[in-house]
Amino acid sequence: MLKETPKKYMNPYLAGFFLGFVLLVTIYVTGRGLGASGAFKSVAIQTVESVAPTHAANTQYYVDYKESHPEGPLKSWLVFEVLGVFIGAFLSGVASNRIALKLEKGHGVRNSTRIIGAIAGGALFGFGSQLGRGCTSGSALSGMAVMSFGGIITMLAIFGMAYMVAYFFRNLWIKKEQ
Amino acid sequence: MGPLVPDIISGELNYIIALIIGIGFGFALEQAGFASTKKLVGLFYGYDFTVLRVFFTAGITAMVGIVVLSHFNMLDVSVIYVNPTFLWSTLIGGGIMGFGFIIGGFCPGTSACAAATGRVDGMAFLLGSVIGIFAFAEGYPLFKDIYLAENWGAVLMYEQLGLSREVFGIIMILVAAGAFVMTTVIENNINHKETKWFKPTIIKNSILVATPILLVLMVMITPTKTEVMNTRIDEKIAAGECNPKMMHADKLAYELMNQYYKYNVIDVRSAEEYKAFHIPTAINIPLEELHNKENLGIVLQNIKTNVFYGADINQSQRACMVSKYFGKSDNFALDLTATQFNQQYFLLADIDENASKTEAELYNFRKDAGIKLKEIEETVGNLDKPVIKKAGRVKGGCS
Repeated sequence: MLKETPKKYMNPYLAGFFLGFVLLVTIYVTGRGLGASGAFKSVAIQTVESVAPTHAANTQYYVDYKESHPEGPLKSWLVFEVLGVFIGAFLSGVASNRIALKLEKGHGVRNSTRIIGAIAGGALFGFGSQLGRGCTSGSALSGMAVMSFGGIITMLAIFGMAYMVAYFFRNLWIKKEQ
Repeated sequence: MGPLVPDIISGELNYIIALIIGIGFGFALEQAGFASTKKLVGLFYGYDFTVLRVFFTAGITAMVGIVVLSHFNMLDVSVIYVNPTFLWSTLIGGGIMGFGFIIGGFCPGTSACAAATGRVDGMAFLLGSVIGIFAFAEGYPLFKDIYLAENWGAVLMYEQLGLSREVFGIIMILVAAGAFVMTTVIENNINHKETKWFKPTIIKNSILVATPILLVLMVMITPTKTEVMNTRIDEKIAAGECNPKMMHADKLAYELMNQYYKYNVIDVRSAEEYKAFHIPTAINIPLEELHNKENLGIVLQNIKTNVFYGADINQSQRACMVSKYFGKSDNFALDLTATQFNQQYFLLADIDENASKTEAELYNFRKDAGIKLKEIEETVGNLDKPVIKKAGRVKGGCS
């Protein structure tokens, strides 16, 4: 296969306009915004239901979820939407020659550190998205579009906290090259 | 009128739409560079503010779009999903997410894009988020109190600030534009680049910022279709041109008893008032919703005669005007209010002993009519009623 150099990223304002347009169409057609963490929740719950069915049947949280989602966790709007996200991102990566199996990390960071950081960060994000009822897409971005108070304070809380702790984790990302 | 789901699009097709929308979403995120963790984290160390630019531009685009669509009656903002505010869980959850962002370098949506383009760190983050969600589910009893505390419902930011939707929109546009300028300066400083102010660039960017502001201003200045309609009707009423055909209550009672199917009796009061009492066979379309497309379909037809009634005569006459405003149909306003109708046919006082023969006849007719109308109502049942549209908001969010 010919190795071509990756194309440049789209102008951020243009990409933002495009993303905003997708969001607007979503709201116009479905009355709801975009999302991501909800699909991961479906996967988590489906896993528990398959691996430990008796545990799922005896735990209130899963019982309640099952009651509100009678068709099963995977038959949800967000699961299909996130499947689309995978496809869309892949297509975009192909179009711009950016598909590559690799580990991205800050300079001088060990691979194992990066992987552990990603898992731990993911776990925190996943946990926080459940407590906060939505992540950057479902709560912050979609919430901003509909001017939801909860959405906008979620956005402020996410980015505010990230700025507050960024200094303490700078070695993960911007270690000086010397 | 949007949203198209669930009335126009439903069921399985909605899942296909979800997939297509997801493709657009993923494509946009990847093109913006959100599949790269270093680009995302750049926001927090000041060397790359792409996230802020994309995020704010997207939010503003959708926000202005919603304001404009709603202005042209193309989107019903009262039913679109607004994520509820549970103050403490929102703030604490947001904080935990911010912490996760710095350590993991992604958020859930962007990690999916990273994984799809082959980034191992994105896959690890995905795995982590499923674990985190699992931890929340398992420990739910511990977090339940904080999760459900301070439920404010679906409050909107501009309501909280006491502003109008449009003014708040303009403020957001200005905040975003200010942030774009500021972050560019910061970014250049950190990357040791000089910030240059080219006149053509400044002009071009000012136009780009002015466009959404002008759109929102246009929405503020121009009246909505409903406002135009109401002004025209008010003008006509003021000019004494409000003289719809009136229908005598006894005539209506007689007609309903004999050929109810020829009449479209429309109660223009609120749903609660309708529920408490309504003329048998009447359907309920509140006056302020009469001009909605789906309701006009019921009113504008040439098969049945429309008879409007309300809590007072003005209401029923106004309903006639609204119907006339939109198209041709045979419209009448009932000469009695709902309460008067109820008293005249259903809550009859005993007749005076000295009543004349005509009075007695009338009394008997009304009494019989009341009984018969009740019977008709029971037989006809719900045949003619439009499906009551649920006023609830669309479900959404990440649950």
